[in-house]
Amino acid sequence: MSTVTADSCAAPDQAAPLPAGVDLEKETVIAGTVVADGGPVSGAYVRLLDATGEFTAEVVTSGEGAFRFFAAPGTWTVRALSRAGNGDAEVSVERGVNQVELAVAPD
Amino acid sequence: MSREAVLVTADWAEKNIGQAGVVFVEVDEDTTAYDGGHITGAVKLDWKTDLQDPVRRDFVNQEQFEQLLSSKGIANDDTVVLYGGNNNWFAAYAYWYFKLYGHGDVKLLDGGRKKWELDARELVKDLPERQPAQYTAQEQDLTIRAFRDEVVEVIGAKNLVDVRSPDEYAGRLLAPAHLPQEQSQRAGHIPTAASIPWSKAANEDGTFRSDEELREIYSEAGVDFSKSTIAYCRIGERSSHTWFALRELLGQQDVKNYDGSWTEYGSLVGVPIALGDEPGEAPRA
Repeated sequence: MSTVTADSCAAPDQAAPLPAGVDLEKETVIAGTVVADGGPVSGAYVRLLDATGEFTAEVVTSGEGAFRFFAAPGTWTVRALSRAGNGDAEVSVERGVNQVELAVAPD
Repeated sequence: MSREAVLVTADWAEKNIGQAGVVFVEVDEDTTAYDGGHITGAVKLDWKTDLQDPVRRDFVNQEQFEQLLSSKGIANDDTVVLYGGNNNWFAAYAYWYFKLYGHGDVKLLDGGRKKWELDARELVKDLPERQPAQYTAQEQDLTIRAFRDEVVEVIGAKNLVDVRSPDEYAGRLLAPAHLPQEQSQRAGHIPTAASIPWSKAANEDGTFRSDEELREIYSEAGVDFSKSTIAYCRIGERSSHTWFALRELLGQQDVKNYDGSWTEYGSLVGVPIALGDEPGEAPRA
């Protein structure tokens, strides 16, 4: 399992629990699940786009379809690419953990 | 240099699996993906444990690089095809290392793991069996590597390209958004640096945009192609991706990657920093 450290830059394992030391008073976490036909989609590529549509980060969903970003309060778009199809959702988030469900379907 | 010489398609890769003299190498910071399945015959390189010095902040030296490639069974005349997850960032970083140490024929797999997976192409768990080789590396080619003193010196003279996300550039975030934000560096960017996120160079599936699109993107964002360029990000891997686009795809002559990047610059005492979305002015001499 990967650990999140200041000297790394790769996307961490999305099945891992929130790293110890993450202060939810300060962090804005966008966490959720990619689903298709009601079931989770593992191995989906989920990217976080800022309010201008610019790429910010990308992770691969866990076996349970989970993903997680550390952002800032505001409006963001999460977009998923997967073999089950693509999809996106706009989210407005606050500090703390913000849950989002992201549905994908064939184009 | 033509695009075909440095970048191969997934179709090309599929046809060349098992070809004598062609070695596929999967590179990433977290190599668990490789363990779960990789391109047939691909060798694994762990960016952290294979390519970084275990003690000092620097990457492996010439001798360590020779030992590494020899042990992996990679010879000087092999065609090395690099790919990985994280949008090929670490594969591009490794590409830059291979160039730095003078490897002759090295290529990136366009789209890396992402496109390969989304295309549902075959991945296997079998580990390759390769005989050790005798690899000889050249001295580092420092015409493609920038160090901090040069970066501070050329503010306002060379193109500086900050390839982090706009929020990292402006100082609103300190790290990419898949990582916690509490970091030790100061936030912001090097004054005069143009904000051109690495992702501008790539399509959604991780493949590079066309040369025409790339040239337009960089010109419009303020890269003067008649000048030398230094690219940086946070730890030097996303900027390797942009370095690849500028030097290897567009053929710009003098492009360096500043691998110290923001984790070094943002910790330096006394250097100028600009905040906000504008590049900012060079400090008066």
